[in-house]
Amino acid sequence: MGWIGESVESIRSIQIRQLITQAVTFGLIVTSALIIWKGLMCITGSESPVVVVLSGSMEPGFKRGDILFLHMSKDPIRSGEIVVFNVDGREIPIVHRVIKVHEREDTGEVDVLTKGDNNYGDDRLLYADGQLWLHRHHIMGRAVGFLPYVGWVTIIMTENPIFKYILIGALGLLVITSKD
Amino acid sequence: MHSFLYRANALLTFAITILGVVCAIASFTDNFNNPTPHAQVKVLNINWFQKQPNGNDEVSLTLNISADLQSLFTWNTKQVFVFLAAEYETPKNAVNQISLWDGIIPSKEHAKFWTHTSNKYRFIDQGSNLRGKEFNMTMHWHIMPKTGKMIADKIVIPGYKLPAEYR
Repeated sequence: MGWIGESVESIRSIQIRQLITQAVTFGLIVTSALIIWKGLMCITGSESPVVVVLSGSMEPGFKRGDILFLHMSKDPIRSGEIVVFNVDGREIPIVHRVIKVHEREDTGEVDVLTKGDNNYGDDRLLYADGQLWLHRHHIMGRAVGFLPYVGWVTIIMTENPIFKYILIGALGLLVITSKD
Repeated sequence: MHSFLYRANALLTFAITILGVVCAIASFTDNFNNPTPHAQVKVLNINWFQKQPNGNDEVSLTLNISADLQSLFTWNTKQVFVFLAAEYETPKNAVNQISLWDGIIPSKEHAKFWTHTSNKYRFIDQGSNLRGKEFNMTMHWHIMPKTGKMIADKIVIPGYKLPAEYR
């Protein structure tokens, strides 16, 4: 009888150990993803270091589903740069090109006007009512790098949440079933 | 340990890593290109020059722009965005940059061009400082890559002057 009891005990202990290993692995994956994202935030100085292009207003340069890497330095904003900005009353940030800049002599404040390369007119229609210029605090970052197509993953996942659940389920299964 | 999902994951990770490395290398090769572009801008006519009711000066120009930007193109270039900006200083503003004309160059074959145009965007000052104002025309370009880092540069052409009186 003692022999059986010992065996049961050893099997049980293996399972517990395995369970803990899996939990640790899972935790490592989650935390490393978080570290990478926060690390990018520190390096680029932008609160969202990577954005997905959602509209065709910058075609043919940037198409829907491309991703842009942002950088936010203290350098002054100059015309021609592609900036990501938030407009009061709109939730989704916009990626457009700066076409006019007026920078104050004394305070260094800037008035900026933007336009999408593929749009006919400038962005005053997109700004809040009566707003003529963007200011420094509207701008989240400037685009410095470009990678095509990758953003489709997030577009598909936000528009069809079922894919998100399938993906998360598959990854979870993988973590649980992998034994090393 | 060697389940289907595990192997699929390993394969996918490897493929994506290789793709990423290839993209990074493609972007890196842009550094070996030393472009020698040139540009010329002539102001052919001042169409009109006036003070708006709100006190800001506005001017309309006819421009002749010619440029050769062929050397900017590499195998990793998707397009070149080129624009011409008037740049000047006023007592109020240390920097004024006003885009007058822009264009998208889709390929090397189209990169040697000339155009005869009036200003596409309105040339309006913040205030009334444009009479007799000296300004620079700056040809900016923005190289948009197939993948990787975006490159921007410019040619400054000094020595333009607006007329001393409204017309």
